[in-house]
Amino acid sequence: MIALLVRDIRLAMRAGGGFGLGLSFFLIVVVLVPFGVGPQSALLSKIAPGILWLGALLACLLSLDRIFALDWEDGSLDLLATSPLPMEGIVSVKALAHWLTTGLPLVLVAPVLGVLLNLPEAGFLWLTLSLALGTPALSVIGTFGAALTVGLKRGGLLLSLLVLPLYVPTLIFGAEVARRGAEGFDITTPLLFLAGITCGTIALLPFASAAVLRVNLR
Amino acid sequence: MMLTVTDLSIARGGIPVLEGLNLTLGAGQAMVLRGPNGIGKTTFLRTIAGLQPPLSGQVEVTPESLVYAGHADGIKPTLTVTENLSFWAQAFGNRDISAAISAFALGPLAGRPAGALSAGQKRRLGLARLLVTGREIWVLDEPTVSLDTDAVAMFAAAVRAHLAQGGAALIATHIDLGLSEAQVLDVGPYRAKPLDIEDFDGAFL
Repeated sequence: MIALLVRDIRLAMRAGGGFGLGLSFFLIVVVLVPFGVGPQSALLSKIAPGILWLGALLACLLSLDRIFALDWEDGSLDLLATSPLPMEGIVSVKALAHWLTTGLPLVLVAPVLGVLLNLPEAGFLWLTLSLALGTPALSVIGTFGAALTVGLKRGGLLLSLLVLPLYVPTLIFGAEVARRGAEGFDITTPLLFLAGITCGTIALLPFASAAVLRVNLR
Repeated sequence: MMLTVTDLSIARGGIPVLEGLNLTLGAGQAMVLRGPNGIGKTTFLRTIAGLQPPLSGQVEVTPESLVYAGHADGIKPTLTVTENLSFWAQAFGNRDISAAISAFALGPLAGRPAGALSAGQKRRLGLARLLVTGREIWVLDEPTVSLDTDAVAMFAAAVRAHLAQGGAALIATHIDLGLSEAQVLDVGPYRAKPLDIEDFDGAFL
């Protein structure tokens, strides 16, 4: 399991691994939004939590099809399926590797990019916390979507359509935590919902992804 | 017996391809599968490896004793030869890859990214993976594609050494491997009868 995690992270860091893809997309979105909105710092600071969350979500979506597609193309997935690693473990490790190479960097740069969007001071902590809590759910749900579409040529479109509705609850509660935090309201309810969604997806979805992957490998 | 197949029928894409297959494979035995393209050799091997369920019949084998190698080698182009092999060794709970490196003469290539290897060298790396898994039954689909004669001899030697250690091998191939002791199973006569047109409609009604 650890060997698989190390391999996936190493592959992501090497040339063509797509490590910087989500990160640079996030950067581009956040840098361009102020130009589109215009010089209205009050409006900008109002929409900042939502934009940051949306940017992070789309950046995450961008790299999903790589989770299984490359392993399927070069035959590694068949070989992994016949190896001693349990399928549930393989998909969990894949989701973890995706989070470590995509979600975690997004969480770490989000506060820096918050400055560009004039995010209120009180919002920084809650934005970072909500992203840290929410992005694992994005990776786990995305892994499920990637498992559903593995083996389809150019399955990226279908993958986005399948995964986007599943991302909505995470986005709603995540952005709500960041918004309420920035405006100084109580964040307990959306924070608990967000944590609940993340825990639920981590606990249940790997089994679904593994089952789907077994069917897709036939 | 390490592997017993009883009255097995298999399908590819919903269409039966082979039926009534029987075979047994014991320690130290090798079997070569022959048959024309499209007859269902790959489907048969994937069924034995547990990647797809049979239509009917039984495959009796301990899944933990088997390693499968398909058409694709599962090599990551950006990892070096050593990194590729060590990953598979660790995935199967082993550490030592030196025997596999020397058996397929990969020593001079060890530090090279696998993407820079030629087709035959990649195949040798894919076959070296079998040695690091430490599994007893090798299920191989066309293992000698793109290998030169020297490399085919290396492969035959590796299979022999594996059999001598009490292993077994089931190999689908079109060429002569020089494994005179191997039994040959021609799957041609087991071709499934084409579906009756009325039956075919019946499946949808």
